[in-house]
Formats: sequence, structure tokens, C-alpha cells
Amino acid sequence: MKGNEVIAHAAIHCGCDGYFGYPITPQSEVMETLMEEKPWETTGMVVLQAESETASINMVYGGACTGKRVMTSSSSPGVSLMSEGMSYLAGAELPCVIVNCQRGGPGLGTIQPSQGDYFQACKGGAHGDFHLIVLAPNSVQEMYDHVGMAFDLAFKYRNPAMILADGAIGQMMEKVVFGPQKPRRTDEQLAKEEPWAATGKGADGKGRKKGNIITSLELKSEVMEVINQRLQAKYRAMEENEVLYEAIECDDADYVIVAFGSSARICSATVEMARAEGIKLGLLRPITLYPFPTKVIADLAKRVKGFLSVELNAGQMVEDVRLAVNGAVPVEHYGRQGGMIFGPEEILEALKKKLIK
Amino acid sequence: MEKVEIKQENLVYAKPRLIKDNVMHYCPGCSHGTLHKLVAEVIDELGMEDKTIAVSPVGCSVFAYNYIDVDWIQAAHGRALACATAAKRLHPESLVFTYQGDGDMSAIGTAETIHAAARGENVVAIYVNNAIYGMTGGQMAPTTLLGMKTATTPYGRDPRLNGYPYKIAEMMAHLDGVSYVTRQSVHTPANVRKTKKALEKAFKNSLNKGGFSLVEVVATCNSGWKQTPVASNEWLEQNMLPFYPLGDIKDTIK
Repeated sequence: MKGNEVIAHAAIHCGCDGYFGYPITPQSEVMETLMEEKPWETTGMVVLQAESETASINMVYGGACTGKRVMTSSSSPGVSLMSEGMSYLAGAELPCVIVNCQRGGPGLGTIQPSQGDYFQACKGGAHGDFHLIVLAPNSVQEMYDHVGMAFDLAFKYRNPAMILADGAIGQMMEKVVFGPQKPRRTDEQLAKEEPWAATGKGADGKGRKKGNIITSLELKSEVMEVINQRLQAKYRAMEENEVLYEAIECDDADYVIVAFGSSARICSATVEMARAEGIKLGLLRPITLYPFPTKVIADLAKRVKGFLSVELNAGQMVEDVRLAVNGAVPVEHYGRQGGMIFGPEEILEALKKKLIK
Repeated sequence: MEKVEIKQENLVYAKPRLIKDNVMHYCPGCSHGTLHKLVAEVIDELGMEDKTIAVSPVGCSVFAYNYIDVDWIQAAHGRALACATAAKRLHPESLVFTYQGDGDMSAIGTAETIHAAARGENVVAIYVNNAIYGMTGGQMAPTTLLGMKTATTPYGRDPRLNGYPYKIAEMMAHLDGVSYVTRQSVHTPANVRKTKKALEKAFKNSLNKGGFSLVEVVATCNSGWKQTPVASNEWLEQNMLPFYPLGDIKDTIK
């Protein structure tokens, strides 16, 4: 199955209540698959094609305000249109899932894969001090698994979560193992588990005394600062508890490549090639890009000779690697842009040229 | 002063049950206060207090949630009907309505407005048209009349420079998903009663899943218009109503 298709199946299987989206290459199969599957006849999931990405993300906002498990998907230019909504979702502390199947930019760019939206995804990507939770799948199986994980994290922290995939993972076909069909939450469960939600005052069966108000607006600066501090405390808790990564051959490594998503797949071949030549190369693959595996990289920096950040962009994640390494050893970047993809040989060449010399 | 006891038989008026005690930030003479009261009364009379999800806009009425005691979603500027679409589809038995100004609905939110209406979402949009941007200090709205002075049309709205005002209610009446479009005002007691009836009809229509309803309320903004409340009511009648005539524009409710 295609990566994009499994996003749709995962949404249905994990009890998602609503999907709102707008077609854009290379991720349109997500909504196409949902429309073919007709989950409104089985689980009762709502699927709606909106008039724009702006409308999609605000439908997600509206649905999230009512405590439902809602999501959208798009690709880079569409995600830019959603950035206003993501800021509101973070500001109002609302859970949801956003899938970005990245393509090359800037502007309308190309429909070929890219990782040029790392900054946008991991540094907030819109106005105000906030973070999305960002997951980076590197296989079709992870595309499937990350949907449920993203919902769980989003609701745990009441914060929007993004799956930062790319055109390669979205269009790639691989075997995938489906999980069980989880039931959607009933309105009674929702009222109990999300007492903050704007569901109508009578949702809990007794009738709340006061209406729930979901807003990101607070005109009193002294209160707004406290809200910001609460958000930051949440981000610190994520950094403490939610970092996920995969370390391949890092234990005895002299050099470590840091790469995520489709880049990491290619880099795992580079590791094998390097090892065959006697170069002790490892690969660290962040699975959560925010929170970033800063501590793991800082620990590795105590004993390796250098890092190479390999990305399908001009050098974005490399800044976070450098912050983690903090000058202890050299950190270099190798990337391709515009929809071009590197092979494992050229990455090995870059490693030799930039770090081993 | 001697304390006068109000007996039940003498009680002719009371604050609606769903209006909170918070002091309103609206200027004296503003139409929002009157309209809020009507909305609160209609929700209560329909018995929908526990099943209402309301959506507030960006603009003066962003704080509607501070005054009417139901569940509220505060939407990004212009996006109220996208939020309402999802809330209603995910909670089909709820009463879902938006409360929006002219900037929110017919400038920045035109796309979300037209498409929610075209889809025939079973929601009500309450559209307060005072031909000016009150919250940001009295700039031109899409509905600002020709010749009207605002902070961004200091010499009067000139169509060669600023374009023409437009009537989104008449535009929406052409859409198949829309079953009820009416334009009302709250500047006289008789108009207040008509507006309440229109709200009742629109809310019932959405609960009966009859399609999209729009209740436009031609309103005063005496601060923005730089007039007294009384003069504003007169100005509304003389200038606003000839261009925005009152009455039902579309009614296909079965």
C-alpha cells in the first residue's frame, strides 16, 4: 500500500472522528482513500473536502474545540496556508493531527519530495511562541503507526501534532500491518474525558453550570504571560518525556550521520557501505523532530569525531544538531534540494570529504 | 430613596437567564447588546441551553462569550463558519451558530462564508452589519456606504479608490444550500421584535436540518460613526436602510 493510503486507514482504525482536507499533490490519496472507504457508514467518522487549506485547518480547529479526534493532511504550500490555524490550535491548547507530505519549495516549487519544511514544522511555523509535536516516519508502516501515536500525544498534551512525511514516503508502496479497529469515543466518554471541550453544557448528562469557552485571546498581559509559561512548561515536559529516536551502529561509531524520514532510509545503506570499507559510521534517526533528541546527540558528541546531518534541504536540522553538540566536534551538512534525492554513495563521499579528509 | 418591592404581577422585563453578569464592553448605544439579549432569549425559549455550540468572530463581538452563557468557540478572523461546519457535523443534534461582523463575514471570511452556505450546512450565521470596523478604531468595511467617512476613508468612500459596498446576503440567497436569508435591525422596539422572530425561525430551521440560514442585522456603531446613539438610529434609517433594505430575502423553509 501507498504511504498516503495507510494514513487514511490508520485514521479510521484509531477511532478518528473527522478528517477535513483539500487536495494537493503529493498527498491527495489520503482523502481519496477515505472517500472510497466511506467510514461514515462504518465508524461514523466525518470526512469533508473543504474549499481550501485555510478552511480545512479551521474545521479541524472547530472540531478540536468540541473534543473530537480530528485531523487534516496536506503538502508544503497547503501547510503554509494552515499556519495561522496551527498557531490558534496551539494557543487555545487543542489536540489534533496534521500530516505534511512535503514537496520541494519555496513557492509552488515542485511536487517531488523534500524536507524543506523542517524549520516550519519544528520552530512553530506561525506567529507566537509555540511548538507542534513533530513525528517523522521513514516507512509506510510508520506512516500507519504514527497516526495513532500522534493522536495520543496530541491529547496527552492538548497540543497539535504533525506527521512530517515527504512525497517519497507518501507515494512509496510497502507492506503494512494494520492494527485493530478501535471504536470512536461515545459522546458520554468524550464529556467525561474532555471536560474542557465546547460540546454544549449538557454533554455530561447533568448540565454544567457555566459554558466552556475555547479561545486563544487574552488581553491582560499579566495573564497572557502566565498562559505562555504554561505552554512552555508543557514543551519542557515533552522534551523530558517524549523523545523518540533510532540509533543504528552508533555504539562504536567514530562518525554519526543524523537523518530523518526518507533521508534516513538512504543513509542506512551508507552506513553499510562505510562499514564494509572499515569506516565506523553510525546513524541516528530522530523519530520525534520536536522534541528533538538533543541529549542523545550531546552524549554521542563526547566520544565521536564528527556528525553529518543529511537532509533534503539546504541545512535546517543541522542547526539543532550543532546546538546539541555545542562545539565539541565538527558538525557538517549534506543535502539536495528541489526534489532531487541523494544516493548512499554520494553521502559517503560527502562524509569523507567534509569530515574524514 | 425608598426601596420599592417589585411584585411578580408588576414585572414586565427581566435580564434574560442566559445573559451573564459581566459588565459589557460595548459602547452605550451599540446594537450588539440588544442583539445578544435576543440571542440569549431565543436559545432559552427553544430549550437549547445545554445543546448550543456558539462561534464568536474577531471584531467587537469576539467577547460575545463573556455575555451569553453557553459553550463557545472563538474562531480566527473570518473562519467562524469553517469552525461551525465541523462542530455541527461532529455534533449533529446541537444548535450551532456563528455571530460575525461585516469584516469577519464579508471581507476576510468571504470564502468560508460562501462555501459553508453553498454546502447547505445546518447552521445559522448572525451577521452584524454596521458598515465599519469598530474594534480596530473605525476603518472602512466592505459594507461602508459610498461617501461615508471612516479612519481609512477620511474624505469619504470613493468607488474609484475604494470600490463599492456589496450585499453578501443577496449573494448568498442565490445558493441552493441556503434556505433562509433575512435582513433585520434593532433600532426600534418593533424591529427588535421582528429580529427575535427571525432568529427563532433560523434556529428552528437549523435544528430541523433545513439548510443554511443567514440573519443579517443592520446595526449602529455610534462610536465609529461619531454620532450620539439617537442620531445613529436616525442615520441608520436615513442612510443604511435605503441601501440595505429590511425584510426576508429568501425563504424556502418547508
